[in-house]
Amino acid sequence: MRRFALLPARIWMALFFAAPMAIVCAYSFLTRGDYGGVERPWTIESFARLVDPLYLAIFWRSLWIGSAATGLCVLLGFPLALFISRAGRFRNLYLQLVLLPFWTSFLVRTYAWLFILRDTGLVNTALQSFHIVGAPLPLLYNDGAVLVGLVYNFLPFFVLPMYATLERLDPALMEAAADLGARPSATLRRVIIPLSMPGIVAGSVLVFIPCLGAYLTPDLLGGGKTVMLGNLVQNQFTTARDWPFGSAVSLVLMLASALLLAGLMRSRVAKELL
Amino acid sequence: MFSYPMETVLELRGIVKDFAGHRAVDGVSLSLERGGFYSLLGPSGCGKTTTLRMIGGFEQPGSGEVLLNGAVVNEQKPFQRDVSTVFQNYALFPHLSALRNVEFGLRERGVRDLEPRATKALELVHLAGKRDNLPSQLSGGEKQRVALARSLVLEPQLLLLDEPLAALDPKLRKEMRAELKAMQRKTGITFLFVTHDQEEALSMSDRVAVMNRGKIEQFGTPEEVYLRPATRFVAGFLGAMNWFGDAGVRPESTRVSREAPLGGPSRKCVVESSLFLGNCVHVNAILETGERAIAEVPRAQDPFAEGEAVWISWHPDDERRFP
Repeated sequence: MRRFALLPARIWMALFFAAPMAIVCAYSFLTRGDYGGVERPWTIESFARLVDPLYLAIFWRSLWIGSAATGLCVLLGFPLALFISRAGRFRNLYLQLVLLPFWTSFLVRTYAWLFILRDTGLVNTALQSFHIVGAPLPLLYNDGAVLVGLVYNFLPFFVLPMYATLERLDPALMEAAADLGARPSATLRRVIIPLSMPGIVAGSVLVFIPCLGAYLTPDLLGGGKTVMLGNLVQNQFTTARDWPFGSAVSLVLMLASALLLAGLMRSRVAKELL
Repeated sequence: MFSYPMETVLELRGIVKDFAGHRAVDGVSLSLERGGFYSLLGPSGCGKTTTLRMIGGFEQPGSGEVLLNGAVVNEQKPFQRDVSTVFQNYALFPHLSALRNVEFGLRERGVRDLEPRATKALELVHLAGKRDNLPSQLSGGEKQRVALARSLVLEPQLLLLDEPLAALDPKLRKEMRAELKAMQRKTGITFLFVTHDQEEALSMSDRVAVMNRGKIEQFGTPEEVYLRPATRFVAGFLGAMNWFGDAGVRPESTRVSREAPLGGPSRKCVVESSLFLGNCVHVNAILETGERAIAEVPRAQDPFAEGEAVWISWHPDDERRFP
């Protein structure tokens, strides 16, 4: 009976998780075909190429941009989630507003930033018309633009788990802290933040992992200059026609995410034991 | 202008609080002297907890004044008031050990010898051995003690206790009564204890304020409120009360006899049941009017049988009349 109940889940996992993983894994150990695809013989050449400084630089760049975007999401998302959790009857309205961007396509929303940030875009036009700057600022096609795009797109992924954690905090704990002489800032530092660490960690992971593999945002907002791991993978499967190397990069990306998750889980458990 | 005797630690002047059209507290005035054990006693929903929360600064009175040591503190936030609360569900910080919980307030006050003072407070509540335990590793009674130590260590002007024994099992609750009282005497801190349990209030307090429907009906010593209740509500809420028209008589002040008594007030009735309680017998009787009465009589007598016709009588001094 129990086996039966789990059967759909097993089939789903086999079809949509195990099989694609096995294919990517197999491709990464094969040789590239002349017009895309893969051929024999089996080799580890694709993995050997990963240590090339060119690719290592892309790897570090992805880590850096992903970390920065996550950090910004924490800085912006935590106060936002705290505000929403205390908004009383407006809570649901604010949560809907946070989710509102999901009603349109990710692609459209990212394109919108092109119109905001480009030389003749909203920001530069405004700055120039108020004579704050003489020439348009280079807002687009750099790391900053990618960062803005990533933070904008992934902020809800941080706000939602954060809100769920904050909303569950017992208000009596905040009252107890105030009662014992803690000003609001001390209550935040000594009670609210420590108790909402699970939400901060969960939200950060939810932002960091998609940022690490982001492809569309760096492609559109970073121009050709800001290449991240996602762009490298895309490039190998299309223009470069090197499926084995693209597969190897994908595997490393997944492995890095998995390690990160495992590390965070362990540190959280360790923290709770202390 | 009024002048304040030094010993008045808390004064409430005509406190009113409304919640969404409902008047929770309706003109409460109260004055507490330093070093006493006071109770705010009343049924649930009578406004006692709301009153306590206004003293702690968690709620703002709609009108009226809260004075601490003679100074109006209406505008002061909870962290600015020198009062401390033991919350009903303790509200211990779950991420901090017992010791760190007790140190919490001291740290905010910039006290230097945190640990010795917090340790001493834990010793006072007999929990020195559990100092490193997280709240999740403590029993209900132990959590309660940590909450108490966390407030007492700050030596507040006034300690507010919001039904702190309600979540404990009955045996522990009784033990904690004596201990709370002893702790109050030892520290000399003024306690204001909120409860709906009349036995708790009577056994621990120097003075009891009985609240009903947002108002204080009587403020007096346990003997006064029990023996000389000011209102019908107080008479009925504190202990059992038989009503013979406008006259209220406690079951322990009644006698039961098979013959009509020679003088004094009495009522003829029929025994409905007779309950043996060990140290005494409760006779449940039905009056000729159809009303019920309970008489507490010594067990030495011949037991009264069900259906037996008897007289319940009492001394006129033992009856309380409320128009």
